[in-house]
Amino acid sequence: MIERTPYLNILTHTVLIGLLIFSIFPIIIVFIASTHDLPTVSRVPMTLWPGNNLIENYSHVWNKSGFGPKMLNSLIVASLVTAGKIMISAITAFSVVYFNYRLRFFCFWLIFITLMLPLEVRIVPTYAVAADVLEPFRTILGWGGIVLKIPELNILNSYSGLVFPLVATATGTFLYRQFFLTIPDELTEAAKMDGAGALRFFWDVLLPLSRTNMAALSTIMFVYAWNQYLWPLLITTDPAYATATMQLQKIVPGPAFGQPPVWNEAMAATLMVMVPPLIVVILMQGAFVRGLIATEK
Amino acid sequence: MSHRTYFSNNKLAALLIAPQLLLIFVFFYWPASQAIYWAFTTQPPFGGGNEWVGLQNFKELFNDKVYWSSVFISIKFGFYSTSLSMILSFIMALCVDRQLSGYRLYRFAFFLPYAIAAPAVGLAFRFIFAPDAGFVSAINQYFPGLWNPAMNGSDALVLIVIANSWKMAAYNFIFMLAALQSIPRSVIEAAAMDGASFLRRSWDIQLPFLTPTFFFLLVINITESFVDSFGIVDITTGGGPARATDLMVYKIYTDGFKGLDYSMAAAQSILLMIVVISLTFVQFRFVERRVHYR
Amino acid sequence: MADIIITQLNKSYGPNPAVNDLNCEIKSQEFVVILGPSGCGKSTFLRMIAGLETITSGEIRIDNIVVNDLEPRERGCAMVFQNYALYPHMTVAENIGYALKVSGIKRDERLRRIADVAKIIGLEDFLERKPGQLSGGQRQRVAMGRAIIREPKLFLFDEPLSNLDAKLRVQMRIEIRKLHNRLKATSIFVTHDQIEAMTLADRMIVMNKGRIEQIGTPENIYREPASKFVAGFVGSPPMNLLGATVIDRTTLSVGDQHISILPHQLQTGSPVTLGVRPEHVVLDNSTKNNVFMVDFIEDMGAVRLLHGKLGEQDFVVQSLSGTAPQLGFSPVNIAPHKIHLFDAATGLRINI
Repeated sequence: MIERTPYLNILTHTVLIGLLIFSIFPIIIVFIASTHDLPTVSRVPMTLWPGNNLIENYSHVWNKSGFGPKMLNSLIVASLVTAGKIMISAITAFSVVYFNYRLRFFCFWLIFITLMLPLEVRIVPTYAVAADVLEPFRTILGWGGIVLKIPELNILNSYSGLVFPLVATATGTFLYRQFFLTIPDELTEAAKMDGAGALRFFWDVLLPLSRTNMAALSTIMFVYAWNQYLWPLLITTDPAYATATMQLQKIVPGPAFGQPPVWNEAMAATLMVMVPPLIVVILMQGAFVRGLIATEK
Repeated sequence: MSHRTYFSNNKLAALLIAPQLLLIFVFFYWPASQAIYWAFTTQPPFGGGNEWVGLQNFKELFNDKVYWSSVFISIKFGFYSTSLSMILSFIMALCVDRQLSGYRLYRFAFFLPYAIAAPAVGLAFRFIFAPDAGFVSAINQYFPGLWNPAMNGSDALVLIVIANSWKMAAYNFIFMLAALQSIPRSVIEAAAMDGASFLRRSWDIQLPFLTPTFFFLLVINITESFVDSFGIVDITTGGGPARATDLMVYKIYTDGFKGLDYSMAAAQSILLMIVVISLTFVQFRFVERRVHYR
Repeated sequence: MADIIITQLNKSYGPNPAVNDLNCEIKSQEFVVILGPSGCGKSTFLRMIAGLETITSGEIRIDNIVVNDLEPRERGCAMVFQNYALYPHMTVAENIGYALKVSGIKRDERLRRIADVAKIIGLEDFLERKPGQLSGGQRQRVAMGRAIIREPKLFLFDEPLSNLDAKLRVQMRIEIRKLHNRLKATSIFVTHDQIEAMTLADRMIVMNKGRIEQIGTPENIYREPASKFVAGFVGSPPMNLLGATVIDRTTLSVGDQHISILPHQLQTGSPVTLGVRPEHVVLDNSTKNNVFMVDFIEDMGAVRLLHGKLGEQDFVVQSLSGTAPQLGFSPVNIAPHKIHLFDAATGLRINI
């Protein structure tokens, strides 16, 4: 709509620029701070021009904290979570939408309820389970009077431990379900007339049509998994399995504010942790936004 | 209820849903029920089975001033950061919705904060707001001692509120923008023909359309503030100074993992779970109904 | 091709019956049209034959095999859907060939057969396009191609022309019939459009509210409709249906008008429904028998439709454009042997 409102436009632009600065400022600061040496960074207020110590800071942090392997771990975990989520959610949603069995709605609600309680709220007992994954089964069999010698399965300090609890929520399933519900019945009927069975239909028709959906879900899951902080912190004590995001805690020495961090290095580390999800989001912007809205609704 | 075409192979259906069910049983339902179990029992100090103590743990909690302090702080935190991020994102959405030149850039930029991990956000803001570095403490050169989140509890709270709002505003922005853009242009044009100015239209036309989204985001924000705040708090203030930013979720972590008091941590978790579930329940009952019946 | 025998077919959704006690036989190579208004159960009927709906009771035989419990694929039917149901992500060639791919036919043979079918439906140059790049009529032809390639015993059409514009509809229905003739297929075609039904069918099955009202050739159904419903549904403009009372053996009264009919056996004073088609009413200045009050004239070009009242009930007369009728009272002549009588309570035809 075209309206001649020059004052309002100027106001809008001003507000927009203000908010733009608000949004971008911290990111830029992190970058700039990471390019200075310690004295420059500690000056208050810090200068807004980038410095020359970029490479020095990054390589220092990289080596001192062993960032390399940790970034790799983050990458592996995020990729595994994303891949796992995409596959499991797809087949679960397929089961719930395209079959008609008595427990269908019950199972769906079971899965749906997991949306209500994020990991942080049940952190302690989930940790206990990760320490001994088969314990539930042992206990339940125990109630039935069966005492089987099921061995302890410890997934602390492992990729399984990092990945499985994150794959155990309903986000993806919900998204796929909403999408599957929009696929016209007639398409399924045509496939049936053509002789396709359930799996054939899933592979040949449903999955190819879900491509945008999958792109959106991948982005959301990748960012979510990469940004995980509390869970990796708890479950890995072995540095070989540490992730980049949790490493930020180590960058901050001692009790909070007891001793200030080495700011330029801290900012360098922060930037390294920030960049990969940002890149993924930037690349997948369109699909991500569409998917996010579909998930929540 | 639309007619759906089904496949008849129910055994296959069971097979397909099994992995997810297994996962959520092991990593969601079992831990949740364990938490309930621990909340109602205590662990004897030297091992052995748990003892059923009924509501004793909860009674202890309710009598604990420190616990109530953390509840109160969580509420304050939730209130401030939700209000701030909702207002900011609403303004962002309104402005971007006008589609003035360059709006795509703004839309892109406003959304970026969402992709950044909570601890990274925390660390960045900790730097900017640090008492001895960054930017805000420049004020101390003129008014010495005015800004010190290391010492001053309210300053610390301000710090985490701003950090959290920054991140949540990005998330809210996307939803509000989507909601605004789903309002049929013809309705807005009709209002313009009726003589309504931009501000008038925002208030009379666009805001009512946004009410379901507002309500939805309100619940999500409050929930997130109870839950997602962990990353920020751990990195910036560690719950301090002097427990000034000791949010409920943070306290659960310190009690459970640092203090090794699983029962109390479990009891607190249960209460937190109840809060979160009620909020989500409220959202689905009231919001979804209104959204559907539009 | 195939003979279809339907015996006492019933379908209910819970307590609600959708289709009641259907019985019919369809001969091989026949083109049968199932005609009826929305909600009459015609699509449900078709889908039960296809295997897309379960059967509550009754039997469907295709080529003397009871197919009640067979999957769609196993019945040897191919279906063309109202909304075409093409796979959006596959090319035209892949859409057509999907059924063959599913049954494991090798690529070379598949491509050959796709090419053959493409020629029949006239889309050889469009094989690499996706459905989104095709027009409505082209998509329709792809849907037919998909059915044709399977060389099925039975072609099922579920209102395939409803989504096309008027002109295309006329064109496509001719093509469908020609295809049927060429392939010597057996076809069942569902529609709510009675003109489509009349022009395409060898025989028609007219349905209403889940029941079959009449089965017969188009001419049959037009000349001797079995019920008030069929009489009013088939024919354009629709047959005039008037409430009348019996005066004596050869006269009925409609309001203040006396209408002569052929001798009948009805009771004097009983109510009856009188039906006469607009084109069977003749404007006749010489007669003083019946007077018709015209209040609105529709000029259709070749004919004129005169709307008005006969004995205070709505009445339409069709006249050729040559004559020059005016609004107001017009004498008309209704030939007794063109009058249809229907029972006032049941709506069924009364045969004189």
